[in-house]
Amino acid sequence: MKIDRRQFFKVAGWGAAAGVTAMNVVGRFGSGGRAQAFESMETPETVKAKQFAMVVDMSKFKTKDDIQKVIYACHHTHNVPNWGNPKDEVKWIWTDTYKHVFPGQESPFLDEAFKEMPFLVMCNHCDHPACTRVCPTKATFKRPDGIVMMDYHRCIGCRFCMAACPFGARSFNWRDPRLALNMNDLNMEYPTRTKGVVEKCTFCDERIAQGKQPACVEAAPAGGLVFGDIDDPNSDVRKALARTYTIRRKPELGTGPNIYYVIGGGETNAG
Amino acid sequence: MLDKALTGSKLYWAWVLFLLVLVGIGTAAYIKQFNYGLGITGMSRDVSWGFYIAQFTFLVGVAASAVMLVIPYYLHNYKTFGRIVILGEFLAVSAVTMCILFIFVDMGQPMRIMNVVLHPRPNSVMFWDSLVLSGYLALNLLIGWANLHAEKMGVPHPSWTKPLTYLSVPWAVSIHTVTAFLYAGLPGRAFWLSAVMAARFLASAFAAGPALLLLLALLVRKITRFDAGKEAIQTLGKIVTYAMFVNVFLLGLEFFTAFYSHIPEHMASFKYLYMGLDGHNKLVPLMWTSSVLAVVSMSMLVFPQIRRKEKLLAVACVATFISLWIDKGFGLVIGGFIPSPMDHVTEYWPTGIELLITMGVYAAGILVLTVLYKVAISVKVANEYPAPLKGAVEEAH
Amino acid sequence: MYNGGKIIIGLAIFLGIATLPFFSNIGTAVKRPEPSLDTPVIKEVQAQLGRKDVCVEPKAFMQANHMRLLNEWRDSALRQNKRLYISSDGRKFTISLQNTCMHCHSNKKEFCDRCHNYMAVKPYCWDCHIAPKERGGQS
Ligand code: HEC
Ligand code: HEC
Ligand code: HEC
Repeated sequence: MKIDRRQFFKVAGWGAAAGVTAMNVVGRFGSGGRAQAFESMETPETVKAKQFAMVVDMSKFKTKDDIQKVIYACHHTHNVPNWGNPKDEVKWIWTDTYKHVFPGQESPFLDEAFKEMPFLVMCNHCDHPACTRVCPTKATFKRPDGIVMMDYHRCIGCRFCMAACPFGARSFNWRDPRLALNMNDLNMEYPTRTKGVVEKCTFCDERIAQGKQPACVEAAPAGGLVFGDIDDPNSDVRKALARTYTIRRKPELGTGPNIYYVIGGGETNAG
Repeated sequence: MLDKALTGSKLYWAWVLFLLVLVGIGTAAYIKQFNYGLGITGMSRDVSWGFYIAQFTFLVGVAASAVMLVIPYYLHNYKTFGRIVILGEFLAVSAVTMCILFIFVDMGQPMRIMNVVLHPRPNSVMFWDSLVLSGYLALNLLIGWANLHAEKMGVPHPSWTKPLTYLSVPWAVSIHTVTAFLYAGLPGRAFWLSAVMAARFLASAFAAGPALLLLLALLVRKITRFDAGKEAIQTLGKIVTYAMFVNVFLLGLEFFTAFYSHIPEHMASFKYLYMGLDGHNKLVPLMWTSSVLAVVSMSMLVFPQIRRKEKLLAVACVATFISLWIDKGFGLVIGGFIPSPMDHVTEYWPTGIELLITMGVYAAGILVLTVLYKVAISVKVANEYPAPLKGAVEEAH
Repeated sequence: MYNGGKIIIGLAIFLGIATLPFFSNIGTAVKRPEPSLDTPVIKEVQAQLGRKDVCVEPKAFMQANHMRLLNEWRDSALRQNKRLYISSDGRKFTISLQNTCMHCHSNKKEFCDRCHNYMAVKPYCWDCHIAPKERGGQS
């Protein structure tokens, strides 16, 4: 049965007059099916893509501060707590050295500077994510635009996704995150999380809906982080990929990571 | 029949009371964890599953092992197991109960547990695991209870339990296979990414489960008038022997593949567990304890002369059980997380609260086991001893 | 079942204790509080549109259905990436609990809470969503 909006409101109004709980008659407007009456759409400014991707060029980051700015932008925008200890740690974007970002690819003869160089890491928004495959409740899922999304409302905190992710991209709220947040310095437009749910980078889904770039991209030095649709040959991401040699983390696992790393800095003349 | 669990000796009630106290302590600890968050355990961002999930994994095996009694008795008409099969079925019920409790205490958002039913993802092994586990619980409870009831009434087992019994055989295999698939299908965890994982799970289960059952049967004989029979115990001993050897063989295969291929990520967790990695070696003593006990148990079990002496057989079973408990109820799960996917070594050790909660869950499981065994044994004993003695038997409990 | 009687009595006592909190609520009912609409944003919007009923949907509907609407909003925004709500009178709203509902109803204590306390419901949204009272300071 279809209910159009007018009918829907008639039932609703009548129910309210009859005394509140009779509202259950509009059960279709509840958890299960979507009522015909409910109308929503994508915001017109939403950035569209078939598969979002990012190119990370660490040679563009000249100082430690350049990197800190990026991490701060993300973590402040999303009210990510700072526990200051590895046990309770929650992080969406962070750095690690070559050996840990690309394990198995290090060589003993890497030049010292390169060995110590920090690489920014975050969720890879894989083509075939292992995390979404294992999630028993669809709390994490792949969107049509390629973002590996988190629905914090549905997460039961089983942490199967953390075991499945080969990139260590996921964090669990072992404790109430508000204890490790400066409550006077929150981003009032974004929620915190609560203890017992998993979280991670979502490529700033909420900013994309406002036509903006992810917070990290905005905070990075020009060309440091390039974001866009990898399916579109004219996108910035594709142009960056065409210019220079890039690698991905653990591509052999077949998850199809979508974060690309420019290695060796600078651009080759290949393209 | 449940009324049989409500009459018993002072000793019985003292035992029940003791278990209830432990359950109470565990519950209090759980409330503490619920308020603080799972950070009260030893788990961390890198080792995101710990003692609870490891116990869960181990106990699924114990539950599945009931099939080692069901197959000979129901499929091969091996009458010797007629008296003990109910103990196996009820052990499975108790083990699955504990499994469910361990999953529950491990959840970050236990209030949302219904989401698994409301928004299921059939791709998720976890979804299937919850299905097969609850099915297995129902099957064993139903079959065990109905058959016991028939015995009490002195009538043959109801015919409808037959097909259910047959179903319970593949079902038992499925619960442990699916549990192995929780681990064996994850791309970034080389330690678990092994095709023999499910086989290894089953082998270790068919050693640890019957070993426990054998010990329980000896215990039951000691404190009640119910005797599972010498021959049944000997057959169990043989099952433990074969399964233990197969299990160690499969473990050997893992070692060979990892170390002969010399692929770093396949060796890393084994190195951590048995030698230590980057100076971290918290689990090394435990793992070697497990190995030594495995050797002890096998070198006892393999000789029929030793096996035939029940005291020594019991010692071998204790060694088997502890060895496998360490291997699967600790090393296997923790080892998979070390090193982390980014090649860091973060160690894990359960905290006091975590151990108290674990104790509470075990106490709850043992309570279920006690009640079910009490019922089963009362029925069996009442049937076996003629009426005048019956009163005395009841007295003795 | 010679113990049946005892079991039943035990169960009855248990049920009695377990449901005590519900019974104890009886008789404590107080007058239904009036949620306050006195916020700067609401006044501004009312002035702009020249009418009082500026909520996303009519008042009767909101009273009875705001929790369902919020669930729809949540799923629409996070699961379908549809973050623009079109109300029955054709106005468009950004789908957001913190940035839309609470932008107008910035007096959570005198609005949402007043009603919820009276009805003894305690939405858990605020474990994560930042309540307006927390703006500017105390946790
Ligand atoms: C544009 C400002 C505005 C926004 C946005 C808004 N409201 Fe309202 N809300 C109002 C006003 C004004 C009323 C009173 C309406 C009336 O009297 O007809 C109201 C009434 C209500 C009522 C009924 C209160 C009563 O007196 O019984 C509820 C419940 C409510 N709003 C919840 C919400 C929720 C939930 C949201 C977000 C989905 C929301 N409102 C968004 C302005 C707003
Ligand atoms: C007119 C009184 C009233 C006002 C004003 C009101 N609510 Fe409610 N709200 C209720 C009632 C009554 C329920 C419980 C409905 C039920 O259980 O079916 C409820 C339930 C909810 C729920 C679901 C909670 C649950 O546990 O299921 C949410 C979420 C919610 N309200 C949000 C809000 C927000 C946000 C506001 C303020 C913008 C608000 N409400 C203002 C009366 C009100
Ligand atoms: C576990 C923490 C958590 C809880 C509890 C929670 N939310 Fe959310 N919610 C979030 C986060 C985080 C987002 C933003 C996700 C994003 O945009 O990527 C969000 C987004 C939303 C959105 C859409 C976007 C927005 O900005 O508002 C709605 C609507 C919403 N929540 C409603 C609710 C309601 C209603 C409740 C209570 C019944 C609730 N939430 C409880 C964490 C939570």
